[in-house]
Amino acid sequence: MKKIYLDHVATNPLHPEVLDAMLPYFKELYGNPLSLYEPGVKAREAIENARESTADLINAKAKEIIFTASGAESNNFALKGIGYALQNKGKHIIVSKVEHHSILNSARFLEKQGFAVTYLPVDNHGLVDPAAVEKAVTDETILISVIHASPEIGTIQSIADIGKIAKAKGIFFHTDAVASVGNIPVDVQALNVDLMTFAAHQFYGPKGAAALYVREGTRIVPLIYGGIQEGGRRAGTENVPAIVGMGKAAEITKRDLQKRIDHVTPLRDKIISSALKIDKVILTGHPHQRLPGHASFVVEYIEGEAMLLMLAFKGIYSASGSACSSKALKSSPVLISIGVPVHLAQGSVVFTLGEGTTEADINYFNE
Amino acid sequence: MSLAEAPQLENTGIKFLNEPMKADSETDVIYMMCPMHLLTLDDKVKEIRAGQILSILTDYDGALEDIPEWCNKTGNEFLGIYEDIDHYKFFIKKVKGSR
Repeated sequence: MKKIYLDHVATNPLHPEVLDAMLPYFKELYGNPLSLYEPGVKAREAIENARESTADLINAKAKEIIFTASGAESNNFALKGIGYALQNKGKHIIVSKVEHHSILNSARFLEKQGFAVTYLPVDNHGLVDPAAVEKAVTDETILISVIHASPEIGTIQSIADIGKIAKAKGIFFHTDAVASVGNIPVDVQALNVDLMTFAAHQFYGPKGAAALYVREGTRIVPLIYGGIQEGGRRAGTENVPAIVGMGKAAEITKRDLQKRIDHVTPLRDKIISSALKIDKVILTGHPHQRLPGHASFVVEYIEGEAMLLMLAFKGIYSASGSACSSKALKSSPVLISIGVPVHLAQGSVVFTLGEGTTEADINYFNE
Repeated sequence: MSLAEAPQLENTGIKFLNEPMKADSETDVIYMMCPMHLLTLDDKVKEIRAGQILSILTDYDGALEDIPEWCNKTGNEFLGIYEDIDHYKFFIKKVKGSR
């Protein structure tokens, strides 16, 4: 049976060039990057090269990249690290209601530690209004965190505008760009962000490698203490093969990004236009300001999980909302936030395309 | 020789300043633990010229002993510490011919 993978926002296969770059670091180049002899030095050099290309992908400096193990870790690090570092200045944080659980749960954790958190609402397309951000700022606000693109509904936020407000008010601004880096151009200078989360497996790199961009000169409290890895900000022997893989994936992404966008956009539009011809199917997220390979819907009267299983039976792999919510059989907070009624929120399906998706796949899917 | 008999390092003393000094270069390792203060110090001292002053900001209490001792070992001049609200500011003068 034909297998069609339409869940690229969950993860992606490794790019073959990435695997080739990683393999030597599983085999002969196994040195600990802190060791002073040759294998250690080579591992250290490989990490620093990966840092350069990872930084280059988002227009940052190499020293502004802290490698972590996942997007969730980077998000925790940003919220708790800045929260703790600036708690003497103020204890108010602003996040949106459509954040990933790693932001929402970190914010809830900080609330238990005595911080106040504002959860900003979004409109029916899932957009945060920059004016609402400005309104929510108080003298106590130390950090604003708004997701760049939603993995569930594909909407891309006006991050640069929110960043401008944060900058003018001298407040740190973080964005979770896990779903956007690798799918659209992302430039930390243009976006006016001080911190940004992104993960390698979203752009054909390995799982287990991610990064937090931290603007030079920013004080941040580490989550993990121990050794001097990552400039003392994230202790633990580095996952050298994964970091090398992230660097290579970043380099390839910089080279191929426009090609990827041009490939998936018309295929996504084809899915959307055929799906909307079906009665009781509603597009979720923004109709235009959305990820190029992202099509998401709610379907009346049908439960999302049932649709997924039915599609999987036909060899089509897709998702229903976020992985966490769908496993827990909970209505997605993101869908509820954009005003989808609870009974409809259970009928959510998300199709995300990648560079391996073909026209024939989409025709088969549409049938 | 047992450990108890091993020669102890001379107490370097801690010089507190009432006012911060003017520094030619400043580096911030606040929230970073041992040994980042010493590694950063080593890097940053290499970047300045003899006679210039480096200030290093840290909230790590161990630095109170470590930094004066590091100056002793490397031959750089430890000028003193200014205690700010939530961190220390150490001042070090690079000495010609120091390590």
